[in-house]
Amino acid sequence: MIDAPLASLGQVVDQWPTVAEVIAVLTLRSGFNTTVVTIGTTLFGLAAGVIGVFALLRKRAMVTDALSHATLPGIGLAFVIAVALGETGKSLPILLLGAAVTAAVGAACLQAILRYTRLHEDAASGIVLSVGFGAGIVVLSYVQANMPAGAAGLKGFIYGQTAAMGARDAVFMGVTAVISILIVVAMLKELSLVSFNDAFARVGGIRVGLVDFGVMVLVVVVTVAGLQAVGLLLVVAMLIIPPVAARFWTERLWLMVVLAGVIGGMSGYLGASVSALLPRKPAGAVIVLLAGAIFALSLLFAPARGVIAAAVRRVRLRIQIAADHALESAFESRDAESDLAVVLQRVAAQRGWPRWLTPIIRSALRRRGFAHGSGAAILITGAGLERGAEVCRNHALWTQYLVGYADVATNHVDWSVDQVEHVLSGQLIAELEGELIAKGIAVPRVPA
Amino acid sequence: MTPRSPTPAGLSALPEHSADSPLSVHAMTVAYHRKPVLWDVDYDATPGKLIAIVGPNGAGKSTFIKACLGLVPMASGSVEFWGQAYRKARRRVGYVPQRESVDWDFPVSALDVACMGRYRAIGWCRPVSKAHRQAALECLDRVGMADFAHRQINQLSGGQQQRVFLARALAQEADLYFMDEPFAGVDASTEQAIVGVLRELRESGCTVVVVHHDLQTVEQYFDDVILLNMRIVASGPVADVFTQDNLHKTYGGRLTLLAEAAEAIARTDRPVR
Repeated sequence: MIDAPLASLGQVVDQWPTVAEVIAVLTLRSGFNTTVVTIGTTLFGLAAGVIGVFALLRKRAMVTDALSHATLPGIGLAFVIAVALGETGKSLPILLLGAAVTAAVGAACLQAILRYTRLHEDAASGIVLSVGFGAGIVVLSYVQANMPAGAAGLKGFIYGQTAAMGARDAVFMGVTAVISILIVVAMLKELSLVSFNDAFARVGGIRVGLVDFGVMVLVVVVTVAGLQAVGLLLVVAMLIIPPVAARFWTERLWLMVVLAGVIGGMSGYLGASVSALLPRKPAGAVIVLLAGAIFALSLLFAPARGVIAAAVRRVRLRIQIAADHALESAFESRDAESDLAVVLQRVAAQRGWPRWLTPIIRSALRRRGFAHGSGAAILITGAGLERGAEVCRNHALWTQYLVGYADVATNHVDWSVDQVEHVLSGQLIAELEGELIAKGIAVPRVPA
Repeated sequence: MTPRSPTPAGLSALPEHSADSPLSVHAMTVAYHRKPVLWDVDYDATPGKLIAIVGPNGAGKSTFIKACLGLVPMASGSVEFWGQAYRKARRRVGYVPQRESVDWDFPVSALDVACMGRYRAIGWCRPVSKAHRQAALECLDRVGMADFAHRQINQLSGGQQQRVFLARALAQEADLYFMDEPFAGVDASTEQAIVGVLRELRESGCTVVVVHHDLQTVEQYFDDVILLNMRIVASGPVADVFTQDNLHKTYGGRLTLLAEAAEAIARTDRPVR
């Protein structure tokens, strides 16, 4: 009895592919079907990433999710109608047309809800999403109960059925990708302006409604194109994740578009390859997981906007502030010998530094030239005392400003002053001085 | 221009719209979700003036600008620019929206934003040429932001962002400007930069309508003033109109009969939330 589960677990362990197989798949030489699927998903990822940038920047991510769910009833209804008309009901163009139609109906409902009620976009999207999906499930179960022949494949649109992708589908993806890219390249100006500031765009004569409509049409087209590749539950992931990941790496819109396309395309390409190499791995889910992995890496390691970079900056600032405190203390007490060890011991006790902080501050001060010497005789340099004097002066300036002009009680300024004195820029200090000199002038709001 | 008192719609004489006045508003009423925020506003702007719109919070100052520009629908009334509909006069009108109305964490630089003021001149589906980029850069220079041209907009201070918005409007090369709270939350140097630009604009013959919140500086910065609280309490040259009495009418008695009527109308609509 104990052996049985182990035995069955052992059976599901994947056969790892050989290097030759991996290379064959990655270079698109492992058979026509695999190649078609790989090309199709790559192009889909590319198109979704490019269009997704504008859905994201226009803050329409929830809307795209609602639209993707609203495709389901269309697929079921198209099947029913096709069968009633004597078709097989498995014709992909008819099913996708149905999907596009109900997605459009969903979009219209969304607009109507926003226009005629006081609901916000999140609630309106939630309604369209859930009602659309519910209606789809009802239609699909009707189809399955009443016309079982040929209906089996319909559920594939929910989770994706990448392996069933044919050459025609890949061509459809290609056309979608090319159209999306052409439109985005031609209208980057208008798309960026509408996404950034729609009121200004409208005043300038841009038909904002038309631009939004165009983007939504492209979103629906990409969604419908992606139904086969990743399924309607996951298609929104490919519209949102690549742009979000791309945003971590750049501050330029065109580069964000390029990166989002590349990330989406890479996810599609690698996802289809992994799925071809490892049996029983659904390509749609693998593609989305890969995109998610790229997002996670971006979130962590992006140079300016990444979490790690931000943490490093915060730690650096804390070290700088602690070092400033030490220099300030040294300046204030005017230690004749300026012995760093004495100063650090005193400041550590005053400010309750953890034990590990002192050596870090010591080396930071030496690195910045504010202390020199070695072993037991590390002294604070003239430059260090100058910095201490500067911090001290900032402290006084800011306190005077807060108490004198911002009407902050004297006993409430300590924390704010402690933070601000280290980050005052030269310009801000000049302004502060100006304020203090020319009394009685309206006080500008200085960002703290 | 003499101070006006509000006239009920239908009873007022037909507007004497002239092609001289850059902005003629006639019987403008605006409602948000059926709650009126502006009642029967009549206004004719004198060309070449710096005009402040002043009034308490919720008085409809921003709404007035947005309704003039067609950003919010009017329940009734008409707006003409040099005697023409906005559609035809659009090229001569510039706009500075409220700074808080956009998400500044957008992947563009200060110069990119200034270039947006040139898009109308560039036209659809064409790239921004070097000449247009240079023109946008000069506009940034006029507001003292040339050094920050390639800075990411989310790394600018509030005052710098406001100046970028101003540069974008300058790039529109308009004859009539609408500015929505350009002085809100800016530092002293930005305030001086904006005032400098306003005076330059007046010297070159432009008319500028500015939503303004600081009563202290109205007399110093502006020629004309519109005192607004759901209706125009008074409008005209600052010296004539900006009086203690008018200010009291504008700011005093927060819940006037007008506001109560607006509430009553709003209640007839059943909100979903």
